[in-house]
Amino acid sequence: MTRLMRSVLALTILLAGLPAQAAIKVLATTSDWGALTRELGGDKVDVYVATSALQDVHRVEAKPSLLARARTADLLVANGAELEIGWLPVLVRESGNRRIQPGAAGYFEAAAQLQLLEVPARVDRAMGDIHPLGNPHVQLDPRNIGIVAKALTARLAALDPANAAYYTARGHDFDTRWQLAIARWNSRAAPLVGAPVVVMHRDQVYLCHWLGLDEVAAIEPKPGVPPSAGYLGQLVVKLGAQPPRVILRNAYNDPKAADWLAARIHAPVVLLPFSVGGTPGAKDLFGLFDDTLDRLLAVAK
Amino acid sequence: MSRSHSIVALCALGPALLPATTEAADDASALRAELQSLQAEYAARVEALEARIARLEAASAAQAAAADVPADLTAAAQADIAPAPPSSDSRSAATAFNPAISLIIGGSYHTSSRDPEDWQVAGFMPSGGEVGPGERSFNLGESELTLGANVDPYFSAMLTAAISGENEIEVEEAFVRTLALPAGLTAKAGRFFSGFGYLNEVHAHAWDFADQPLVYQAFFGNQMAQEGLQLKWIAPADLLIELGVEAGNGSAFPGTRRNRSGLDATALFAHVGGDIGLSTSWRAGVSWLGQHADGRTYEDVNALGDPVVNAFTGRARTWVADAVLKWAPNGNSAQRQLKLQGEYMRREERGELAYDIDGSGLADAYRGTGSGWYLQGVYQFRPRWRVGARYDALDTGTMRIALVDDGVLADDDFPLLRAASPDRVSVMLDWNPSEFSRLRAQYAWDDARADGARDRQFTLQYLFGIGAHGAHKY
Repeated sequence: MTRLMRSVLALTILLAGLPAQAAIKVLATTSDWGALTRELGGDKVDVYVATSALQDVHRVEAKPSLLARARTADLLVANGAELEIGWLPVLVRESGNRRIQPGAAGYFEAAAQLQLLEVPARVDRAMGDIHPLGNPHVQLDPRNIGIVAKALTARLAALDPANAAYYTARGHDFDTRWQLAIARWNSRAAPLVGAPVVVMHRDQVYLCHWLGLDEVAAIEPKPGVPPSAGYLGQLVVKLGAQPPRVILRNAYNDPKAADWLAARIHAPVVLLPFSVGGTPGAKDLFGLFDDTLDRLLAVAK
Repeated sequence: MSRSHSIVALCALGPALLPATTEAADDASALRAELQSLQAEYAARVEALEARIARLEAASAAQAAAADVPADLTAAAQADIAPAPPSSDSRSAATAFNPAISLIIGGSYHTSSRDPEDWQVAGFMPSGGEVGPGERSFNLGESELTLGANVDPYFSAMLTAAISGENEIEVEEAFVRTLALPAGLTAKAGRFFSGFGYLNEVHAHAWDFADQPLVYQAFFGNQMAQEGLQLKWIAPADLLIELGVEAGNGSAFPGTRRNRSGLDATALFAHVGGDIGLSTSWRAGVSWLGQHADGRTYEDVNALGDPVVNAFTGRARTWVADAVLKWAPNGNSAQRQLKLQGEYMRREERGELAYDIDGSGLADAYRGTGSGWYLQGVYQFRPRWRVGARYDALDTGTMRIALVDDGVLADDDFPLLRAASPDRVSVMLDWNPSEFSRLRAQYAWDDARADGARDRQFTLQYLFGIGAHGAHKY
């Protein structure tokens, strides 16, 4: 190899490496999609997560800090299916950032990659704050995360072609580890199949669907409608005869209603992380499901 | 070259291969054991699943047998095992591009201890808007109809029409906005609420009280809509820094349309905002407006008790400072939230005041510097309930009317402009059965009337939203 060739090669590597130093700025709406973007993008992405697991993502404010992040983002990783409808459209519209407008390469919706559950046949707000596109809380089925990971890898590679190989390799590595983890979780969760559970809001649907849990009741009578005393009374009557094995509560839910019901029907309340960061154990996506299963198995066996 | 490659490859693979060959036997047995345990676990899981399917089948058969079971329940049970794919063929292509439509229906029941017909803010020229406490008894409020959609990849458009209880349709806002300008720029053209301050851009249905603060009523006739252009820029920083400039036709109070081709009603505004920890967010800003009035008339009563029409011609310069702070534990506003906001405005008007334009037509120099502010707090103490309090005040400040100073006319010829410091205290409680409905009770002690009498006002208000799920600005 001549000296000249070496210098050309070195220069090419250097030039190819330059855009990589300026990491892709990502605004992720939830901690789960933020964690996934970090898994796939490594040090080539700079991820800002708009919400925490302690917040009801449906009820977030279009805060100034989020508008500032929307302005500079190269890629918006949203959950979609109208989960963020109360605030994200304002941020995207006001951001003055053409890269993240719907339809642009920098606009990514996780739910758009998936087949959603509970797509209502009829849409009427008399049924509560239902989601016409289906239940948006897709992250609690790890198989969904695997599907979204593939699409997000492709999107990162398309946005930052210089590092396409890097993203593809990381995507492949993540997929291998994720499929192994799913097999492990599946086998761990075997004793939970068919376990009757009570949920707070219908946001555990994907978890129940994946694990084969039997959702016998929801504490919210209709999505977004808090339970009245009368409705809770009916639940006590209904569940008193055949108590569920557990009552599931998410980190962001107010504990009062679940604790009230638990005391009357003698079923334990299990606090689930719901999203990455919801409990100390749910540090990343793997931790989210490890911790969810730990907590379920601890009481529901 | 090729030989050196092979050596490199061997060196790299060596450490990986060597232990593998030596421990192959151990691994094989370990793997076999693991596989067996996995198989056993899967067998258990399959068995459990089969049992569950059998149970569900039995349950759905039982449900089908029982005639009084709602169809929704059976559908939900089935959806859990086999989700139906979304039906995409239920809409025809002709309606697929319909804009998002939302409609707000609102109204009130109102009582006032004083006649609301002769309510005037003391010490300020009337702003001409639909200000004041409003009529007694039941009132149909404005029905706000909003249509909005993207036009193409470059523009979006929105129309908000207010249909009043008096059977009038008013275009509140109708504008196009750019989607694809570079460098953090957004331009708006049409009629839109000016971006100064905080409350000016907020639509009536999203106010935290049934009415606007006195300072907005007296300075802008509730809200100022520009007819013109707005250019906004957001700085590429982690702290929100937003700068805006507007030019309009000047038709909104305190300006008047002047039959000129030049730009009028200039507005400049800057907003800064960010977070303090996870629970608190804030935004603060400063704005400046420059407007021109040409024969802006108002009605008053002279010293003899005769009605007169006076007119101001000149320019108005307004400064606005605004600040908002929101707090919610862990930023979760679904449970509890506190919102504090305040704005201060100061306006200087300089020009000529004409007295009794239909009669004597006397006119001479005028200069007035008035100010006003409000501070309010709204606390959501449990998920569907909010309580709030507001104090607002105005001050006529200094006012020089040459016609009076020179002794041509008396103070009593301009009773509305007599120095005053009106103020008001309001408290409210609202209940929100869902995100789309709100019922509010509000009580106010109003010391703003020009006749100096205290007015006690009570309002019951309802607001219901149907159609597209709206997204609200901060």
